[in-house]
Amino acid sequence: MATSHQASGIQAARLDAAGIAENFSDLHPAYDAHEAAVAADRCYFCYDAPCMTACPTSIDIPQFIREIQAGHPESAARTILEQNILGGMCARVCPTETLCEEVCVRETAEGKPVEIGRLQRYATDTLMEKGEHPFTRAASTGKKVAVVGAGPAGLAAAHRLAMLGHDVVVYDARSKAGGLNEFGIAAYKSTNDFAAREVDWLLQIGGITMDYGRKLGAELSLDGLTSAYDAVFLSIGLAGVNALRAPGEDKDGVRDAVEFIAELRQAEDLTALPVGRNVVVIGGGMTAVDAAVQSKLLGAENVTIAYRRSREEMGASRFEQDLAASKGVKLMFNVMPKAVLGNGAAAEIELEYTDVTDGKVSGTGETVRLAADQVFKAIGQTLEGQPDALELEGRKIKVSETGRTSMAGVWAGGDCASGGEDLTVTAVAEGRDAAMDIHSSLMG
Amino acid sequence: MADLTTEFLGIKSPNPFWLASAPPTDKEYNVRRAFEAGWGGVVWKTLGSEGPPVVNVNGPRYGAIWGADRRLLGLNNIELITDRPLQTNLEEITRVKKDYPDRAVIVSIMVPCEEQAWKDILPQVEATGADGIELNFGCPHGMAERGMGSAVGQVPEYIQMVTEWCKKYYSKPVIVKLTPNITDIRHPARAANAGNADAVSLINTINSITSVDLDSMAPEPTIGGKGTHGGYCGPAVKPIALNMVAEISRDAQTRGLPISAIGGVTTWRDAAEFMAMGAGNVQVCTAAMTYGFNVVKEMISGLSNWMDEKGYTSTQDFIGMAVPNVTDWQYLDLNYVTKAKISQDDCIKCGRCFAACEDTSHQAIAMSEDRVFTVKDDECVACNLCVNVCPVENCITMVEVPAGQIDERTGEVVSGDYANWTTHPNNPSATAAE
Ligand SMILES: Cc1cc2nc3c(=O)[nH]c(=O)nc-3n(C[C@H](O)[C@H](O)[C@H](O)COP(=O)(O)OP(=O)(O)OC[C@H]3O[C@@H](n4cnc5c(N)ncnc54)[C@H](O)[C@@H]3O)c2cc1C
Ligand SMILES: Cc1cc2nc3c(=O)[nH]c(=O)nc-3n(C[C@H](O)[C@H](O)[C@H](O)COP(=O)(O)O)c2cc1C
Ligand code: SF4
Ligand code: SF4
Ligand code: SF4
Repeated sequence: MATSHQASGIQAARLDAAGIAENFSDLHPAYDAHEAAVAADRCYFCYDAPCMTACPTSIDIPQFIREIQAGHPESAARTILEQNILGGMCARVCPTETLCEEVCVRETAEGKPVEIGRLQRYATDTLMEKGEHPFTRAASTGKKVAVVGAGPAGLAAAHRLAMLGHDVVVYDARSKAGGLNEFGIAAYKSTNDFAAREVDWLLQIGGITMDYGRKLGAELSLDGLTSAYDAVFLSIGLAGVNALRAPGEDKDGVRDAVEFIAELRQAEDLTALPVGRNVVVIGGGMTAVDAAVQSKLLGAENVTIAYRRSREEMGASRFEQDLAASKGVKLMFNVMPKAVLGNGAAAEIELEYTDVTDGKVSGTGETVRLAADQVFKAIGQTLEGQPDALELEGRKIKVSETGRTSMAGVWAGGDCASGGEDLTVTAVAEGRDAAMDIHSSLMG
Repeated sequence: MADLTTEFLGIKSPNPFWLASAPPTDKEYNVRRAFEAGWGGVVWKTLGSEGPPVVNVNGPRYGAIWGADRRLLGLNNIELITDRPLQTNLEEITRVKKDYPDRAVIVSIMVPCEEQAWKDILPQVEATGADGIELNFGCPHGMAERGMGSAVGQVPEYIQMVTEWCKKYYSKPVIVKLTPNITDIRHPARAANAGNADAVSLINTINSITSVDLDSMAPEPTIGGKGTHGGYCGPAVKPIALNMVAEISRDAQTRGLPISAIGGVTTWRDAAEFMAMGAGNVQVCTAAMTYGFNVVKEMISGLSNWMDEKGYTSTQDFIGMAVPNVTDWQYLDLNYVTKAKISQDDCIKCGRCFAACEDTSHQAIAMSEDRVFTVKDDECVACNLCVNVCPVENCITMVEVPAGQIDERTGEVVSGDYANWTTHPNNPSATAAE
């Protein structure tokens, strides 16, 4: 028997299996052939297309849509994958509303862009369903490259390096590849174990050895890697989380959103995953939205996102905000946590209203209390475990345009490195570009 | 609402929209429903001689090409004339005409090129009470192999001869339907005129193969591994039909010969254009076959709305009005200068105008860093390609450079005087202007 929304405390089985299955189905279901044809017909085949410029991996969008139009989605997939080997995942998770689709001329014309993301998924799914891998390795160069971190940046770099004929070893602290594709992205964006299937498909290129449970700073050292390999690429993401610094943060029921999401993504059975009745998520980025929406989808009665600045400043796009609202998540702006209250376990949260002047947030003194048996902290991930020898820029590893760090022979990319937004597609672009630079420096 | 009542050859119909001779008019059931939907008249599906009717293929008989969103642009068919017994058709025609006295009912006929064949069928058709006949000299496939259809329509002497027989054995109007599968449409039109036809109708379908099945390596539609050429119609053929109508309208020998225009009529505008080009009415086939009989409703509302706007009270008011403006290339005014102009408010920055002009025309469109597209007046030859490729209607327009201003491309002052090729200095056989 499913417990109802109203059961207090943090409870499993608020919904039955059917309810869970419905809630966690594909956010943007796959197109069938007819839908793809209709959507593809809307593309104008723009000159020097704005959508392509907006894509961090510069996929030739008009070209791939034309290939769908002309009835060969397999070539379309190749066009996509040549630029972005994780084109399948990006089709599912890219915030297209702030990337390619935002600048599509049909957005300008009619407020309805060509659905580039879904067309990209149609093309890549068609190819991947055939189990085909469209690329082959060049003759071996005899060079060895170590990649640390098997998220999108590391996988993109490894694939490109392997394709160019290098031998690649990919290390990861976890026991599974994929990085946040596997442990972070919302479940309704990557259904049917897509992240893992995509990794298997990607590895068909050959020449890549995966080595799990190996952590830089523990089992691995940068010195060890630089002496054993011709080049090293670091793509360790942001393994740390920011602290709330509010009294009561240590109470039961208060935890990091990323950890909850990782648990959710790995759960065999989501009905067994406990969630609070009254959930409050602190933060304003994609992680906050994902934690809030998925809490709601698990059956929480009241879910609130509490963000300390205004709607306009929120990291999550308007599309993500509306998605949250449509699922019944309440969005509160200009409030910051003051204290988590409760006897041992969280029961309430006290929020203080804020003023933002010159970018600085300060409390107004006015407070409000919300029932909260579960509080998720989604106030940002931070770099952790990076080698001391590397120069930083802000709170990230300092890199050049092509991913070179301050140390010769060491490149970095993805969330851990400076530059670019923290997005899957940006990580792929940086991994690919660093691989090209590593290749030219090794072969040069 | 303007009154759309149209009189063509003395035959009155409530509007100028007739269904062309084709599957939509192949039987009583269809024609009654067409009249209920509002069609002004029908040309009954072509009848053949008495005796066992023709048979159609039992595999697919249509092929097509499509535009965006699978909008049907061109249809091709390998259907023959009616495959139902002559008597059945005649009985149905009689009944329908009796019940719909205010609608035009024309009977299309195709029998062998022998006087006796026509002498036999015409009295039977006359007995139905139908308003007139149309001679099908057009079908380019199947029937042509048997010496009928376009096989007749391509020989002006035969057209004249058969038309004369019909005028002899039939008392009501005779319309001769022309095939476009000929190099100069004026010759068959002149022959029909010489044979005393009351009108010509055109076009019948254009010989075509729409596609090839790349697995079976056979043309489509494919019947048991083989295909044949068929007749092409629909929106794609309208420009061809429009030119042929214009040619007949302005030919000295056929000027004034009534025309029923056919070919790609899909909306009221197509109809208005054909009529402005001299047609007394129009016939429609593919639009009805694509969307059903209700398409006529838009044609009716659109035409009357436009007539109201223009102050026309009868279709007669605008028929032929565009004919005097059709001329030969050599008489076009070479002093008429225009330049493309892009409306920045309407531009969605797709860059198609740039690609077209830069890659294939005159490098007359500039593209800035931030995707602002502007026409370089000193390069623009006013070809109109950008206008045609722009996805936003009226975003690029052609603006006339008034007389007295400088054409930045040539550096010369635009003259207000008409001057054409016949007097141009580059023309070796130019006659000096007085
Ligand atoms: C909840 C959430 C939702 C998101 N949703 C979206 C979305 O919808 N769309 C989008 O585009 N982006 C989204 N993002 C951002 C996106 O997931 C990241 O930008 C992207 O995954 C970064 O890729 P990466 O390869 O740099 O790092 P990661 O994906 O973080 O991968 C880093 C890898 O390195 C490993 N690692 C870490 N430290 C070490 C170490 N010391 N030694 C060895 N291995 C180590 C980790 O185990 C991990 O496998 C989301 C992020 C989060 C947290
Ligand atoms: C399936 C089909 C069958 C046709 N059969 C005849 C016919 O029997 N007699 C005839 O005169 N024209 C026939 N036509 C030609 C049409 O009457 C008409 O001339 C032609 O289709 C062009 O008009 P549209 O573009 O409106 O279709 C046929 C056309 C089609 C598509
Ligand atoms: S901007 Fe839109 S219409 Fe233009 S090429 Fe890109 S997807 Fe197609
Ligand atoms: S009219 Fe022709 S030459 Fe002028 S800008 Fe347009 S495409 Fe170029
Ligand atoms: S084709 Fe039209 S909409 Fe596109 S850039 Fe040119 S003027 Fe603008």
